[in-house]
Amino acid sequence: MKSARVAYEGDIFHAALMEDRLKLSNGKTVTEEEVVWLPPIQTKTCFALGLNYMDHASELEFQAPEEPLVFLKGPNTFIGHRGRTKRPQDVTHMHYECELAVVIGKQTKNVRQSEAYDYVAGYTIANDYAFRDYLENYYRPNLRVKNRDHSTPLGPWFVDASDITDPMNLKLRTFVNGEKVQEGSTKDMIFGIPHLIEYLSGFMTLNPGDLILTGTPKGTVDTKVGDEVITEIEGLGQLKNTIE
Amino acid sequence: MSINVRARMNSRHYDELLQASSMNGVLQVDDASIKSWAPPVNGTVYGTLLNDRKAVEAMGQQLNAAPYKQPPKAPVLYIKPINTLAGHQSDVELPLETDELHVGASIGIVIGKQASKISEKEAYDFIEGYTLVNDISIPHDNVFRPAIKEKARDGFCPIGPWVVSYADVTQPEDLEINVYVNGDHKQQFLTEDLVRPIPKLLQDVTEFMTLFKGDVLMIGCGHDLPKVTAGDTVRIESAELGVLENKVRRVQS
Repeated sequence: MKSARVAYEGDIFHAALMEDRLKLSNGKTVTEEEVVWLPPIQTKTCFALGLNYMDHASELEFQAPEEPLVFLKGPNTFIGHRGRTKRPQDVTHMHYECELAVVIGKQTKNVRQSEAYDYVAGYTIANDYAFRDYLENYYRPNLRVKNRDHSTPLGPWFVDASDITDPMNLKLRTFVNGEKVQEGSTKDMIFGIPHLIEYLSGFMTLNPGDLILTGTPKGTVDTKVGDEVITEIEGLGQLKNTIE
Repeated sequence: MSINVRARMNSRHYDELLQASSMNGVLQVDDASIKSWAPPVNGTVYGTLLNDRKAVEAMGQQLNAAPYKQPPKAPVLYIKPINTLAGHQSDVELPLETDELHVGASIGIVIGKQASKISEKEAYDFIEGYTLVNDISIPHDNVFRPAIKEKARDGFCPIGPWVVSYADVTQPEDLEINVYVNGDHKQQFLTEDLVRPIPKLLQDVTEFMTLFKGDVLMIGCGHDLPKVTAGDTVRIESAELGVLENKVRRVQS
């Protein structure tokens, strides 16, 4: 089951996909363009992974980490499907990052890898933009690079865990103005979903609604004002964003 | 003279105003009927690294060496996620893999209204008030990578006991906090030593990210952070803001 959060005629609704239209929780059916898409999850704690695909780590001339490289993001950074993300004027390198986002469903601490999927509610797509000009070597990557307003599109759908047979074998692709620029598979993660859940819950409590953005594969290139960026994950849909 | 402070107590899910006044040089309330304190904030809690001049000086030439290569230009921030938040008089659990913790005594700026790209001049208009924060960490010298495992443990961010309104803090640029461990004075931290004073910090942070009503931005911790171990009582004291006290205990396996 796929569900979205959308704004329509002055209220916020859950929406389900019905053929090529959206069925709102008040019974109305509308088109994708008639609504404002909101992030499908309102997260309290969002973890993100750096350098979690071998080919991306090499692309950035980093050794693969021996322990997950985790950073946190605040609520200001999320924006829904079909939203706009600002490219600051002084930036020379701003790139998308297509990432599988894992939504935690139950509170947990000290969970083992073998039971980790019991705590996953579902999945969505994140585009975790990076603004490389702002990288500095303190708590890197820091919030000025990774937590700017509206710079993490999320959605369009929250997809139930039961709909995804093997989350560790999904194709990821990114298109800029229709041209394919990034392609990879979640099977190439250095630290897979069960490992990440065991790692994080090993030192802190995970709560329902927590998000884990699992990193991006190779193929990150600079994007310009006006570019339309579509991040796509097999079984989860296509998340569209425009740079302004 | 007494003032009203905003607090959340006794397992209630709403906030209450308490009368507070200065006794023995520190802001206090009559707490006879108070059984427990919750963090008096709802939003995201952000910390600021290296915002104390002496802490920056203590890093010395390290700032220009690998892996840092140069001193920081923009504010260096981190998040204390929701599982870390705890109230006044809560116990801080000492994880099994360490024998000591760093006490990061700080002042939390509590945001009063949504702040985005604000200027230094208007910064105080966006502040509801101030609270005390104990930003606990597992000691780590290297600050190249985000210190999630060291800083994001359950209960590692006692905050409170209450929020003092901005109007009752007449000289925020001249506050002093003192840290005591088991009654011994261990550290002093002065807001006059900040690399970025409060208005400048708010300007530089909201340049790239919005702070919402209820969010907390810590002004930074001092230098030479006190270390504590199981059984220790940490007391963070400020004449204008009150006392935040917590005890460290060993986590049971």
